Amino acid sequence: MIEIKNLTKKFGQNLVLDNLSFSVAKGEILGFLGPNGAGKTTTMKIITSFWPATSGQILIDGLDTAVNSLATRRKIGYLPETVPLYEDMRVFEYLKFVAEIRGLEKFKIMPRLKEVVSLCGLSKVWRRPIDELSKGFRQRVGLAQAIMHEPDILILDEPTTGLDPNQIVEIRDLIKTIGREKTVIFSTHILSEVSATCNRVIIINNGKIVGQGSPAELEKQYGNLEQAFRELTK
Amino acid sequence: MNKLQYLKIIYILFKKELMSYFNSPIAYIFIGVFLIVGNWLFFNAFFLIGQASVRNYFSLLPWIFLFLSPAITMRLWAEEKKSGTIEFLLTLPVTDWQVVLAKFFSALAFLFFSLLLSISIPFSVAWLGNLDMGPVIGGYLGALFLGGSYLALGLFISSLTKNQIIAFILGLVACFTAFIIGADFVLAGAPAALAPLMKFIGLGSHFNNIARGVIDTKDIIYYLSFIFLFLWLNVRVIEKRSWK
Repeated sequence: MIEIKNLTKKFGQNLVLDNLSFSVAKGEILGFLGPNGAGKTTTMKIITSFWPATSGQILIDGLDTAVNSLATRRKIGYLPETVPLYEDMRVFEYLKFVAEIRGLEKFKIMPRLKEVVSLCGLSKVWRRPIDELSKGFRQRVGLAQAIMHEPDILILDEPTTGLDPNQIVEIRDLIKTIGREKTVIFSTHILSEVSATCNRVIIINNGKIVGQGSPAELEKQYGNLEQAFRELTK
Repeated sequence: MNKLQYLKIIYILFKKELMSYFNSPIAYIFIGVFLIVGNWLFFNAFFLIGQASVRNYFSLLPWIFLFLSPAITMRLWAEEKKSGTIEFLLTLPVTDWQVVLAKFFSALAFLFFSLLLSISIPFSVAWLGNLDMGPVIGGYLGALFLGGSYLALGLFISSLTKNQIIAFILGLVACFTAFIIGADFVLAGAPAALAPLMKFIGLGSHFNNIARGVIDTKDIIYYLSFIFLFLWLNVRVIEKRSWK
């Protein structure tokens, strides 16, 4: 589904991604781990065509993201780390805009909006301006935006930061539900989250993959995930 | 992608941009200031001169637009960059041209709307005396082309920074320079070899023709190329994603 081949990204002289290669199969939930600055966000920004790669290739269903960017962008739902939202819009205005721009047919927009709103628990804030929302609700609006067009691939950059434990569990369940039929890549610093949701883990450090496997495999090898993380990213 | 779908995406983006003008107080303040300043400056001199002509109004417009156009365009890119929504916008399945065109046309539509509200001026004058409608229509058309050029330039400058204030001030300076460069008093001090070129490049010299009621295809082509040039440069900047 997603194939990343020899991906390299430089900012000036600064090497951020160093010959990164991995692939993600359909239906996999991939946890993307690594210290801050390891290159997780950069990788995601390149997969979503926000930034170009310095060299290397990303194939999504066999389509190159540099050549067929519009087609690959259609397959992806993306929640950036900063959860950027149009502050001056109301929740329903924003989500309706997302549904339209994602090319949903007119008669499908309202039913889909209702579906997404109940899935993400937004009915209480439906009419509120986005700049009045709490962190938790913002995160949910961001998630609603990402899943609106039922993408095959969901890319979530630290979707649970700043949420309270209840909200974290809710979002985690949501990711699991979605991940049954879709491909999900998400990055996180909460290691318990990884063992609770992911089929597979990739740990990167300084732009290189330093470890990968299922959470169970890593736990077997290193005792627990925290130990694995500590040792691999030292 | 077929043409209709291409335009539909521009239209959806255009609607969203236009909505954000009216969701914030900016639109109402803008229109208020524009109408008050425009009417005040015009009618101040109108009764002294005692002629049923709106020529004065159209020679004021470029100066009013000089301040108001960068105020419209300053946030269009700078805010997207600052708040990070640009990352959302540019990872949608839309082309850079679609986004730039939507932003430009939303700004133009907004300017057109404000301009439309100022139609009370020619109506008042026509009621007071015998008004020649030729220059009025020419004047509005010219104002739209000139405003469009200011907006294209301002939009381009907004794409260079994430600071709205900088976008406003640089936009103002750039529009002022582009407007004044062909004016007579600038040409008088310029080297003789450069003068005809400067007269051709300047936004102002073309405006005077149209505002007099003379609609020459040369002027219209000039304005359209000016607008296209800066929209094209804007797309180049967005393509490069050179900010971090």
